[in-house]
Formats: sequence, structure tokens, C-alpha cells
Amino acid sequence: MDSWFYSVFEFLFAGWLPEILHTPVWIVMLILAIVLPLLIAVAFSVYFDRKIWAAMQMRRGPNVVGPFGLLQSFADGLKLFLKETIVPSQANKGIFILAPMLTFILALIGWAVIPFDAKMVLSDINVGVLYIFAISSLGVYGIIMSGWASNSRYAFLGSLRSAAQMVSYEVSIGFVLVTVLVWVGSLNLTDVVEAQAGGIQNWFVLSHLPMFVIFLISALAETNRPPFDLPEAEAELVAGYQVEYSSMAFALFFLGEYANILLMCALMSILFLGGWYAPFPFLEFIPGWAWMFIKIAFFFFVFAWVKATVPRYRYDQLMRLGWKVFLPLSLAAVVIYSGIKVYLF
Amino acid sequence: MTGLIRSAKSLLLLEFLAGMWLTLKYFFRPKATLNYPYEKGPLSPRFRGEHALRRYPNGEERCIACKLCEAICPAQAITIEAEPREDGSRRTTRYDIDMTKCIYCGFCQEACPVDAIVEGPNFEFATETREELMYNKEKLLENGARWEREIAQNIAADAPYR
Repeated sequence: MDSWFYSVFEFLFAGWLPEILHTPVWIVMLILAIVLPLLIAVAFSVYFDRKIWAAMQMRRGPNVVGPFGLLQSFADGLKLFLKETIVPSQANKGIFILAPMLTFILALIGWAVIPFDAKMVLSDINVGVLYIFAISSLGVYGIIMSGWASNSRYAFLGSLRSAAQMVSYEVSIGFVLVTVLVWVGSLNLTDVVEAQAGGIQNWFVLSHLPMFVIFLISALAETNRPPFDLPEAEAELVAGYQVEYSSMAFALFFLGEYANILLMCALMSILFLGGWYAPFPFLEFIPGWAWMFIKIAFFFFVFAWVKATVPRYRYDQLMRLGWKVFLPLSLAAVVIYSGIKVYLF
Repeated sequence: MTGLIRSAKSLLLLEFLAGMWLTLKYFFRPKATLNYPYEKGPLSPRFRGEHALRRYPNGEERCIACKLCEAICPAQAITIEAEPREDGSRRTTRYDIDMTKCIYCGFCQEACPVDAIVEGPNFEFATETREELMYNKEKLLENGARWEREIAQNIAADAPYR
């Protein structure tokens, strides 16, 4: 991260801390510098989600707590914090408590490889895309564990649905990633962004437009957002895998879900919208992290927009879309894009 | 051929895009909802809200303890006890309404020969305990004093239709 942040570290710790602790403390500072803004962003994204959704239904949305209702999420969080954590007597207690923690942690650690600006990344590893893919696949464990440990039919059915759904759509997400990666020639997310330098005509959203659409829809399914929110389909499953959870355990699921959505938004910005680059050269006076923020916000708006527009899919339609439409399309696209890459460039 | 066109349309997500365009248009429309606690919708003069016992302008209670309201009340929410007052006029000693039983049908105010018991325009009388909803005569008369102006206006506005 930036040198000014390192000088903050030097001012606070370098004078008195033993040499051996410098690196761990510096890393913890970097992690906090990502996680704290992220959690605040999650709180506000819940608010904006509700607000956008309300506006599209010509409602007002939350507008009482704080100016324009901006503090609504914090009030909700406080309320959840003060509630009792109920563990069902039939539940497998250890796993029941562990599941929301796992979901939340996995939603946060994906952000370790997201570059917010040139050089502004916690760990610039050369398999960043694979890392994100692995983390988002692991996310299904939190859901499976919560459904199994709750020992409740609704929770179990919801978690099974969620697991099947996430596994199905990860396949096409993986192939879409491959089409981008053969273009870039690297698994490093910073390289992916730098391959799109030079303005909007180089962004992959143009060269990979069908892949972008498939990725967007699969990302909706991957994060269990409407129209693919079958795991928590309230009309059939009450709340799916979250049904037995209350208080902070529920809040962790909720925060994890929204952190995952933001992670997917960030990933789409990096893969298709040129990460921290400005679309036109005359807009380059706006700093890179601000562009990244604008793009994430744009995708979040799209997520909320879709939620307000489309009704929920039936489960067989969901599976058909994943396996019989997206999988062949993305598989063909891998062949086509790698063919173009090999023979035309 | 039609199958081809249909699959092309579904691949291009045309219907989804049309739906998204519609919701985007609605996004910028003015809100249809009222900002409730600060902004309220209009109420008909016939609105049947919280009960009130009225008085004459000289301060005398209207209620003559005829018990017609108690008799007609389909939910049996009203309890009245009466005895002659010192000056010989018939008055209630007890006039209770169980607001948890009341179905707000308005029969009591229809039955009343002297317009004593009326359902006023107030509908925001939620309480934290059940006991607070067992209204007694004192509470009802207090309501009458508080809402007299609105109630009188509403009765006058509705008079041509009765």
C-alpha cells in the first residue's frame, strides 16, 4: 500500500516495537485498512440495497434512523447484537456456531488479493484468480454446515439447494475466467487490470461481452441473490439455511452474504471493467481507487436493480440454465477465445 | 424459424432488458407512499376510529344511560351501569369499552339517540399493555374533550346523508 500509510506505521510502532514484530504488525494494519472500510461498506450497501429496491417499487425505503435513514443498518446491527443467540436443542452445537463464522471469514479473506489501485493490494500473489475461485468455492461449506447442524428440514433443504446451485454455477464462472485469462496470459489480478490499460476500448467488457453477461448472471447465482435466491426462498423454505439462526450468528451470515456480493462486484470490475483505470484519458485526474469504488458501486446497483426486476426462478429452471445453457456456451467460448488468441495474435 | 427467433431473443435477453428498462424508469418516478408519521392521508368524516363520549356545550354529559349501545354491540365490548343522579336525571356510573373486543362496526354511534358515544377520527392509540385498552368512562370523556372539534365537524359534514 502507499508510502504514507507506511509512515503512519513508522510513527506509531517503529520507535518502540521490537524488530521481529514489525512485519506482523504492519500486515495486521494493512488487513484492518481493508476490513474496516469493507465492513462499513457492507453496512451501507445493505442500506442502499433496500433504498434502490424501494425506489423501483415507488416506496421510500428506510428514512428514519439518521439523515435519510443512513444509520439504519447500524441500528439493525445493534438490535441483532442485543438479541439472544438461540441454539436449538437438537442442533450440533459446535458446527452450528462455526458455520456463520466460516461464512463470514471466507467472505472477508477473498479481499486479500483484490487490487484497489496500482500497487494497492494486500497480497499480490501470482494465482490471485485461482485464490478467489477457491475461496468462493469454500463458501459453500458454511452453508452446508449450517443446514446440517441446524437439524431442521427447512434449513437442510435450503443448504442442499444452495450447495447444488453454487457448485453448478462455479463451473461456468470458471470457464468464463479462463476466457479472460487466456487473453491476459496471467492469473495475477493486477496483470488482468493492467492488460486493460488505455481506456474503455481495451476493457474486456467489449471483447468478452457474452462472457461478461454469463459471469454477471452466474455471480447472481453464486451469491444467492434474486432471481436465484432459492436457498432462502421465503415462500417455500422460510429462510433456508438461516432459519434457525438469530442474533449475531444471523448477522454474520448477513454480513458475509453482502461482503460476498461486493467481492463479486469487485471481481467483475477487475475482470471486465478495467479495475482502477479511467474509461477516458481526460478523466484520469480522478484517483484509481475512486474509479474502483465507482465500478463496484455500479455493479452493486445492477445487483439491486436485477433483484427489483426479476421474479425468482424455479429450481429446475435454475439447474437447466446452469448446466444446459451456460456450461455449453462458456465451454464453446473457451475454445473460441483461445483459438482467436492462438491464431490471430 | 419462429423457434430460431425465439431462441435468439432469449439469448440476447431482450425481455430481461425490457424489464430492467421499466424498473429503471420507475426508479426515477415520484414515490407513491406517504412518509407516514409525518404525512397522513385524508380521512372520511365517517371514519370509525377511537371512541369518545361527548358533552353538551354547557358541560353536561350527553349520555343518558339508555344502554342501546350496550345492547347492539355485536362484540359485547360495552358495559354500562347506571343510577339516577341527585338531581333525578339518569346517568351512567360506569361506562367501559373493551377496545380489544371492539370490532369498530360503528353500531354504538348509530344506536345512540343523543350522539353521546361516537367513533372519532383518531386511530393512533396503540398501547404497550393490554390493560391500557380497557377504556373507562373517565378515559372516554377525556377523549371526547380532546376530539370534540373534529367530531363535531365530522357529524356536521355527514349530516346531509343521514
